[in-house]
Amino acid sequence: MAAEAQPALVLGGAEEHPLRDLTSYRAVGGYAQLEKARAMPPGEVVRLLIESNLRGRGGAFFPTGRKASFIPTPDKIAKPVYITANADESEPGTFKDREIMLRVPHRLVEGCLIAAHAIQSTSVFIYIRGEYSAEYEVLQAAVDEAQRAGLMGEVTIVVHRGAGAYICGEETALLESLEGKRGQPRSKPPFPAIEGVYASPTLINNVETITTIPVVLQVGPEEFAQIGVPPDSTGTRVFCLSGNVVRPGPYERPHGITVRELIYDIGGGIADGRELKAVMVGGSSFPVMTPDEIDTKLDATSLGQKGLFIGSGVVTAIDDRACIVQFALRVAQFYMHESCGKCTPCRVGTRWLVQLLRAVENGTATEHDLEVLLDVCDRIIGKCLCVLGDSAAMPVASCVTKFRDEFQAHLEHGGCPFGADSSLDRLFAPVDQHHLAPVAHEAGV
Amino acid sequence: MSLRTEIEKVARRYPSSKSAILPALRLAQEQYGWLSREALEEVGDALDLTPAYCMSVASFYDMFNLEPAGRHTIEVCTNVCCGLVNAQAVLEAFELELGVAPGETTADGEITLRAVECLGGCSTPTIVAVDHRYRQSVTPEDAPAIVQELRGG
Repeated sequence: MAAEAQPALVLGGAEEHPLRDLTSYRAVGGYAQLEKARAMPPGEVVRLLIESNLRGRGGAFFPTGRKASFIPTPDKIAKPVYITANADESEPGTFKDREIMLRVPHRLVEGCLIAAHAIQSTSVFIYIRGEYSAEYEVLQAAVDEAQRAGLMGEVTIVVHRGAGAYICGEETALLESLEGKRGQPRSKPPFPAIEGVYASPTLINNVETITTIPVVLQVGPEEFAQIGVPPDSTGTRVFCLSGNVVRPGPYERPHGITVRELIYDIGGGIADGRELKAVMVGGSSFPVMTPDEIDTKLDATSLGQKGLFIGSGVVTAIDDRACIVQFALRVAQFYMHESCGKCTPCRVGTRWLVQLLRAVENGTATEHDLEVLLDVCDRIIGKCLCVLGDSAAMPVASCVTKFRDEFQAHLEHGGCPFGADSSLDRLFAPVDQHHLAPVAHEAGV
Repeated sequence: MSLRTEIEKVARRYPSSKSAILPALRLAQEQYGWLSREALEEVGDALDLTPAYCMSVASFYDMFNLEPAGRHTIEVCTNVCCGLVNAQAVLEAFELELGVAPGETTADGEITLRAVECLGGCSTPTIVAVDHRYRQSVTPEDAPAIVQELRGG
């Protein structure tokens, strides 16, 4: 298969063993691209990124070079400019940035330093989610090692640890959090490229995106632009395969591999001899895919034609043991828990989705409630400052429309037709544990 | 090094000391186990912020304990990827082993059990963070040994 012939690039050299120290990273050509980039005028690096058509791997798929070109050059602005690497990976089903940081931390550092040169910044923040402890240590060690080796030049890299909030992966919430505030999204414009952290121009990119920057320079932008599905979906992705498959894992493949190839050829098919029922594609924030759509290519255009999204490269197989109402409920509970509370449609709407889905699951819903469910989704989508509300509404609406029969069966059956046999039966959600119960011992004892 | 000195040191890494509030709250929690009124005052003093402001930030993030918590934590991911392959049974095994519900702490104050959202380890479910270190591919059968390890340690 042609798609398999493409060697790993982002995870290149680390297929068998992680490349955590400088020596092993240098052995695969590490930091050579930084040297090359620093020999170029900054604007030339931005031009090469534009030519490669590298796009954001965090979910929004925005052209990376163009974003960098929005950052004012020093002759245009008296303020410092900042780079923020978004390592707040929290989208359900996503684990690629964690793999990247554990396996090729220096490639991320190299990408940050090349980006810093490109926009003439001397200050980089890597915002890493608070739960990632081992990952933080590996990354910090790589930063320290690069520092000691004199690779930083004028640049400082601060690894900033979050403290448990999915919303901080949203770029403006991340900036608020980095400034020491509650992580609530800002109204845009101004966009971060003009007014980001500390009211200064800020380039924000996802970890995988930044780690792909050295790759672009290594293979050359023209060559890179031929990998995958040109002109829009260039390069490779570290796809996150999980769920009911035989061999889940991170698999770096070019854009354009199909969901079927990923699940069946690479992942070994559905585990336990079960049938595929649905696929979570892109992350839990997007509409679900049905089995008749799995020949769709994993590139933005092909997915877009079916109303689907590439998101953060998630492919989660859901087999026929799962009740789709329970799936929708669990997804809605996640977004209810993570809503920052700033916009009413999201704060209140995610709650309503949970209540309505619970009623369907318990058999107390009516036919009319299914319409209300879709109506609530409609009243959330596009009506908030950020896309968190949309991220709850889109998957829920897709479950109701694509699996209407199963919702209907709940109404007719007076509850879940799976009984206790669903793989997601009774799945407990953190939103139901608001407070820790008091404990016997005192602080510090 | 005193907590205040440590916080001031971290704060120097940022253009604005307020940016150091998350690392500062983390340091305070590491020292005291949870963020009491006194701890929030100490963080506030070091960063020139009010305790109320520190509380407003601390209460936004899941990882801060605003009440006393166990000396150890066991956090079980129950998001869909782990859920599809039996995270619920893993959580229940810990509930049974510890005799507490998710969100509760054992009567001796040793271990807090929590269900948490996606930890980003979806290819090796179920992910359980034991004292913030990930254990991969955890099954219900692993629960007794993990609890034993914490009780013995």
